[in-house]
Amino acid sequence: MIKTDNLSKKFNTTLAVDNLNLEVEEGEVFGFLGPNGAGKTTTVRMLTSLIGPTSGTAIVNGFRVGQQDTEIRRSVGILTETPGMYDNLSAEFNLEIYANLYEVQDPAGQVEKYLRMLGLWERRKDEAGTFSKGMKQKLAIARALLHEPRILFLDEPTAALDPEASHLVHDFISELRKEGRTIFLCTHNLDEADRLCDRVGVFKTHLLVVDTPENLRSQLFGRKVVFHLASSNEILAASIRYLPFVREAKVVENKLVVNLDDPEMHNPEIVRVLVGAGADIQFVGELRHSLEDVYLQLVKNA
Amino acid sequence: MKKIKTIIRKEWAEVFKKRMVLFSVIFLPLFLSILPLIILYSMGGSTAAASDTELPAQYQQFCKASMTAGQCMQYYIVSEFLIMFMMIPLFIPVNIAAYSIVGEKTTRSLEPLLATPITTGELLAGKDLASVIPAIIATWVGFGIFAAGSLIITGGGALAAALLDPMWLLAIFVAGPLMAVLSVNFSIMVSSRVNDPRVAEQLSAVIILPLLAVFFGSIAGLFILNSTLILVICLILALVDALMIYLAVRLFQRETILTRWK
Repeated sequence: MIKTDNLSKKFNTTLAVDNLNLEVEEGEVFGFLGPNGAGKTTTVRMLTSLIGPTSGTAIVNGFRVGQQDTEIRRSVGILTETPGMYDNLSAEFNLEIYANLYEVQDPAGQVEKYLRMLGLWERRKDEAGTFSKGMKQKLAIARALLHEPRILFLDEPTAALDPEASHLVHDFISELRKEGRTIFLCTHNLDEADRLCDRVGVFKTHLLVVDTPENLRSQLFGRKVVFHLASSNEILAASIRYLPFVREAKVVENKLVVNLDDPEMHNPEIVRVLVGAGADIQFVGELRHSLEDVYLQLVKNA
Repeated sequence: MKKIKTIIRKEWAEVFKKRMVLFSVIFLPLFLSILPLIILYSMGGSTAAASDTELPAQYQQFCKASMTAGQCMQYYIVSEFLIMFMMIPLFIPVNIAAYSIVGEKTTRSLEPLLATPITTGELLAGKDLASVIPAIIATWVGFGIFAAGSLIITGGGALAAALLDPMWLLAIFVAGPLMAVLSVNFSIMVSSRVNDPRVAEQLSAVIILPLLAVFFGSIAGLFILNSTLILVICLILALVDALMIYLAVRLFQRETILTRWK
C-alpha cells in the first residue's frame, strides 16, 4: 500500500527526512513515532503529495509521488495536525465542500453517513467554530473519510483532546481498522500507538527501527516474569539462578523478577522449583515494559 | 467546473457572513451612484440642461454638437463619475482577494484544502471569480441606478445619448471587469506570498495607485477619455490580466506556502 525507497527531503541545508525505506501493508495500522521536529509531518506531507521529495521514491496506493499526485490525493485521506475547519460555516457545509472537492458521487449521502457515524448529525447546522476540540477533530476525521479512501493518514489525531474525546477517536480508529483500511498514524501518544498499531516505526530524521510493539519490547528489554511471594529472599532467588534458561533473577521487596526468553515454556519449571524451595507464590505475572520505555531507549541511543 | 463552483460558494458563504465586507461591497457603488445624482439635482436638472450660456474653454471640448451648454456641463460632471464606475471594480474585490489565501493560512484550512485533488488553476479560478463577480455586479447595479436617476433628473435627450455612448459602455462593461481581474490576481499573488492578512491588504492596495492617476489626470484635463483611449486601455488590461493570471498560478507554490507558514 505504501512503499518508500530512500525517500529524502531537504529544506535548504536542513535534512528533514533521510533515506526513509518503509513498507506498510494493506489493512495495517502503522504507528510513526518520533520527537517534535523529527520529520514525521514532512513524511506525511510527502506521502500525501502535498510536497515533493528531494530524492528517492514513494509509491502510495499504486501511484508514484511526484508523478501521479492528483491520483494520490484522490485516493488517500488525511487528518492534518490541526483540524482547519471553516469556523464560520456549518458542520454540514464544511463536509459538503470537501465531498465536492473529492468528487464524491453522492455528497449529501456521504456527509449524512459520517455525521451520523460520528454523532454530529444533530449539530450539523451549527457553525464549526462553536464545536469543542473533540467535536472538531471528529468533524475533521469525517472530512478525511468522505471519499472512502483505502489509506488514511492521521497526524496526531488525539493531540490536545481530553481523555473522553481521545477514547472516542481511538474507538473510531479501531472501527476503521476492522474495515480493512490502511492507517498511517503519526503520534506522540505512545499508549495510543501501543494499543492501536500493528507495527510502529521510530523515526528521528531517519528510521531507527520498525517492528511490532511486542517485538521491540523483547528485543530491548527481554521478557521478565514477576513472582509475588509471601516473603522473598536471596535463597529463593539462588534456587532458580542455576536453571539454564534463567538469564537473570532479582529480589525486589517480596517479588522475584526473572528474565526469561520463553516464559510460556519455562514458567511451570520455575514454579515447581520455587515451591520445592518452600516459597508461597501469591501471583505470577509478566513485567511489561511500556512502549514509552522502548521509545525513550531508542531515541536516547539515536 | 464543479470544484470551481464549490470554491466560489465557500468563499461567498464565508465572506458575506462578515457584515463589514458586505457593506464595503455595497457601499461604494451605491455612494457613487447617489452622489452625482444629488449634484445633478442641485444643479437644476432639466432646467440647467436647457440653459445655453457660454462655457469656459476647458468644458467645451466635452460637448457634442447637439448639446446645450447646460447639458455639456452636466455631461462633464457625469463623465467624471463614469470614470469612477470604470474603476470601482478595482477597489471592491481587493479586501476579499487579499484575504483569500492568507486567510486560509491563518485558519489552518489551507493544508486540508490542498490535500484534495483540486488543481492550482481550479483553486485560483474559484478564488478569482468569488472576488470578481460581486465587484462587477455591485458596479453594474450602481451604474444602472446612476444612469436611470440621471436620465430622470436631466430629462434625457442629448445627455441620455451621451450616457449610452459606446465609449462608456466599453469602459464600464469591459474595462471595469478587466480591472477587477487585475486587482484580484495581484491581491491573490500578494496573499499567497505573505503570512499576515493586514500586510496582504496593505500591499494589495498598491495596485490602486497607478489607476488613480488615470482618474486624477482626467479631472485635471491632462487627457480626455475617448473611445480609442478606452479601447487601448482595454487591450493593455487584457494583456496585463493574462500576465497576472499566469504569474498568480506560477507564484502559488504549494510546498513553499505549506512549509514556510508557521
